[in-house]
Amino acid sequence: MTEHLSRGCLAKRNSDREKQMKKVIESTDISKAFGSTKALNDIAFSVDESEIFGFIGPDGAGKTTLFRIIATLLLPDKGEMKVLGMDCIAGFKELRKNIGYMPGRFSLYQDLTVEENLNFYATVFGTTVKKNYDLISDIYSHIEPFKKRLAGKLSGGMKQKLALSCALIHKPKLLILDEPTTGVDAVSRSEFWAMLARLRQHDITIIVSTPYMDEAMRCDRVALIQNGSILTVAPPQKIRNGFSRKLFMIKASEKYKLIIALRKYPGTVTAYPFGDSVHVTFSDDSIDESLFRFLSKEGLSKVTAVETEAGIEDRFLELMKKGATV
Amino acid sequence: MNNSVITVRNLVKKFGSFVANDNLNFEVYAGEIFGFLGANGAGKTTTIRILSGLSAPTSGEVIVAGINASKKPEEIKKQIGYMSQKFSLYEDLTVKENIMLYGGIYGMSKSLIKERTENLLEKLNFRDYGNKLIADLPLGLRQKLAFSIAVFHEPKIVFLDEPTGGVDPITRRQFWEMIYETASRGITVFVTTHYMDEAEYCDRISIMSEAKIVALDTPENLKKLYNAATVEDVFIKIARPN
Amino acid sequence: MKRFLGFVKKEFLHIFRDYRTLFIIFGIPVAQILIFGFAISTDVKNAGVAFLDLSKDETTQKLTDKIISSGFFKRTENLVSYDEIEDIFRKGKTKEVIIFEKNFEKKLQNEGKASVSLIADGAEPNTATLVTNYTMAIISGFNTDISGIRANNPILIQPEVKMLYNPELKSQHMFVPGVITMILILICALMTSVTITREKEFGTMEVLLVSPLRPIQIILGKVVPYFLLSFINVILILVLSWLVFGLSVKGSIILLLAESMLYIMLSLSVGILISTIASSMQAAIFISLVGMMLPTILLSGFIYPIENMDDIYRYISYLLPPRYFITIIKSIMIKGTGFLYVWKETLVLLSMTVLFIGLSVKKFKVRLE
Repeated sequence: MTEHLSRGCLAKRNSDREKQMKKVIESTDISKAFGSTKALNDIAFSVDESEIFGFIGPDGAGKTTLFRIIATLLLPDKGEMKVLGMDCIAGFKELRKNIGYMPGRFSLYQDLTVEENLNFYATVFGTTVKKNYDLISDIYSHIEPFKKRLAGKLSGGMKQKLALSCALIHKPKLLILDEPTTGVDAVSRSEFWAMLARLRQHDITIIVSTPYMDEAMRCDRVALIQNGSILTVAPPQKIRNGFSRKLFMIKASEKYKLIIALRKYPGTVTAYPFGDSVHVTFSDDSIDESLFRFLSKEGLSKVTAVETEAGIEDRFLELMKKGATV
Repeated sequence: MNNSVITVRNLVKKFGSFVANDNLNFEVYAGEIFGFLGANGAGKTTTIRILSGLSAPTSGEVIVAGINASKKPEEIKKQIGYMSQKFSLYEDLTVKENIMLYGGIYGMSKSLIKERTENLLEKLNFRDYGNKLIADLPLGLRQKLAFSIAVFHEPKIVFLDEPTGGVDPITRRQFWEMIYETASRGITVFVTTHYMDEAEYCDRISIMSEAKIVALDTPENLKKLYNAATVEDVFIKIARPN
Repeated sequence: MKRFLGFVKKEFLHIFRDYRTLFIIFGIPVAQILIFGFAISTDVKNAGVAFLDLSKDETTQKLTDKIISSGFFKRTENLVSYDEIEDIFRKGKTKEVIIFEKNFEKKLQNEGKASVSLIADGAEPNTATLVTNYTMAIISGFNTDISGIRANNPILIQPEVKMLYNPELKSQHMFVPGVITMILILICALMTSVTITREKEFGTMEVLLVSPLRPIQIILGKVVPYFLLSFINVILILVLSWLVFGLSVKGSIILLLAESMLYIMLSLSVGILISTIASSMQAAIFISLVGMMLPTILLSGFIYPIENMDDIYRYISYLLPPRYFITIIKSIMIKGTGFLYVWKETLVLLSMTVLFIGLSVKKFKVRLE
């Protein structure tokens, strides 16, 4: 165990040295259309070694298409995609040995047991479970007690862990996870992210897509993606800091009435429902007594307002709005 | 508080020796947005099926919109609307045809359907889309239309199954505003989801775990009670108590 | 190689874990053989027989008695002229008409031979064959009886069999080649196309594609288990029809098995080709059933004789692999002919196989659509 740990640390140090020179993914102006629908428009980004890079965006934003291009499963119409220094089109055979891909629907054989699934993927990738056990043990140990169970009989969280184990079994340099947390309950989701964080020790670069804005904080860097275009790429905290105005969280007894009233208020720039409150920006970036007077005149009681830090979703909304008006 | 539109007392549902719902007790009030949360397999689906008249309770009392679910399950179906993210509209029919179909299913008269269709399209800014196939609509529009159709016959309660999982933030906000508007008209909105951030929008939430309801309160109170920042943290603390 | 074997192992796991697949593979052939076999091979007992005795002498009388007293036959009528034959068959009770030629006894004594005509209702080929076979057996027994009396001067009654309505007489065993042909197309084309499209539907194909497995390994990995199972199936059907119906292969068994392997390969390549076109299991099943099963049953000569088809259907039948295989397998099993008589059909099957395999490998994509 200690030996394994020290080896991990050594590898980490080595990788730090190389980090500057090595890009794991370099995407240059990738576009892809299906018939008349444009799935991706001029996607450009790069991913560094050993980073967890997230693609955050709603369904239909183009995340799956992009991931399939990275995984050599689709050809882009235009642009260049370099993965691990190889071209995705010309070098697809070599690349396929070095990437681990977990598609949106966990690609498991429902009629095979947990163990059989894992063994199958191990042989297909020319390795054995034994050889790479230390890599997957952190994840696989959760489901090992059920190894004789059919994969189809597992819960969502367990399927997700098994699929991740299968994608990792050949010790890939790049792990591509397409919406790994969709359809999985909150507890399993949070466990899953903790596992990904620990995988970094093993020198594995991870790209992951998700429609959940709140998961952005778990990534080193994220790209916000919408309608086939990248809105921004940055570390999550930086994205939050990019919010251009002061944001206020306002609550009142009747939410719907509050939204309507706030939209009527002359100083309001935006007002969106956000959980049990309304997130509001004002043209003068401050609130004064006149707002409270206005709201009480509109018949609202128990009004509270505090300044709050913008979340990823607030910034996403702002960027979407900008894209719509520009 | 207000008058309740769903009353569940000592509800038990067993499948053979397996207990899916273990002595549930809760009330949902008129015009409320009620979030019904739980992990996969906690027993949510079973409860929803009983509440919507699709399945009979093993024991206990379930009253939905004034109707006893064990005695007249068929009556319940007329009083409720249903929308799920997975299935809601026929993709190969147009917007108007879908509205027509659902109106017809709930026995609305042709003239009433026509009148409300006009209002609906007006309200959603859908004028240009009336004769378009659902398949040609963007995801966000479909979602909004599906919800409007679920409440088209003015039911007492509308059940929403993970309504905004995976939609973009703007559509999501517009969608929740529609839900608020619906609730303000007195229609009760019953949301099942395992997206915890959706739960934050509800008036009250209940959390199910292993066939039992383990928490029921407003999101704010639950967060205070469990000393958590989000409903997600509340959920995790309940499911993994260390 | 290890990768490939791992893949094949996985395929066997799928097959053996799914009882429905196993049932389709082994249950249906057995059921079909038994149903077809028993539905048409009832024993002959009190079959109606009519006599047209144009000689009316002592020998014909003796032979008639012998036939009637055998217990297999029951006399329905004595006819006086040929004109009555069709009518009596139409009435339905009579399955066979036995005609003794004029001057039967005289001819037998003078020339040492006389002829008997057996006319059976070919519309019921199975009964017809059985009835005429039984009659011939009785006649040959009668031959020995009377020859024994005059051992130095052997005489011979020559039976001459004619079939009304179905002159070629499809034998009752014709269904065995038909069933083999149909089963192989069913298992090979349907099952392979379904297992491949299933991987597409469940998303596992995406991972297989990004794995180092080559397309040819994926294809062969899918094919090998079904090849083995189909081959076992052919043997099973042959053994079963031999044990239950006493049907033995007249020609070379090795040749028959070799031709079967070729046909299995062909059917498998059809299945793979279907899977490259179909994107869902439902589509694969539909194409296999409508595109392969129906033509096999209707147009390959399994049920309706090809000679009786309209031109258009006959031309279509030239495009169907089962047509050639049925011809081959019938020749070998029933006529007992050798390779020299079936090489043309074999060549057609061979070129079709090469064509289909080539097409499927070319159409099998290393990427998604």
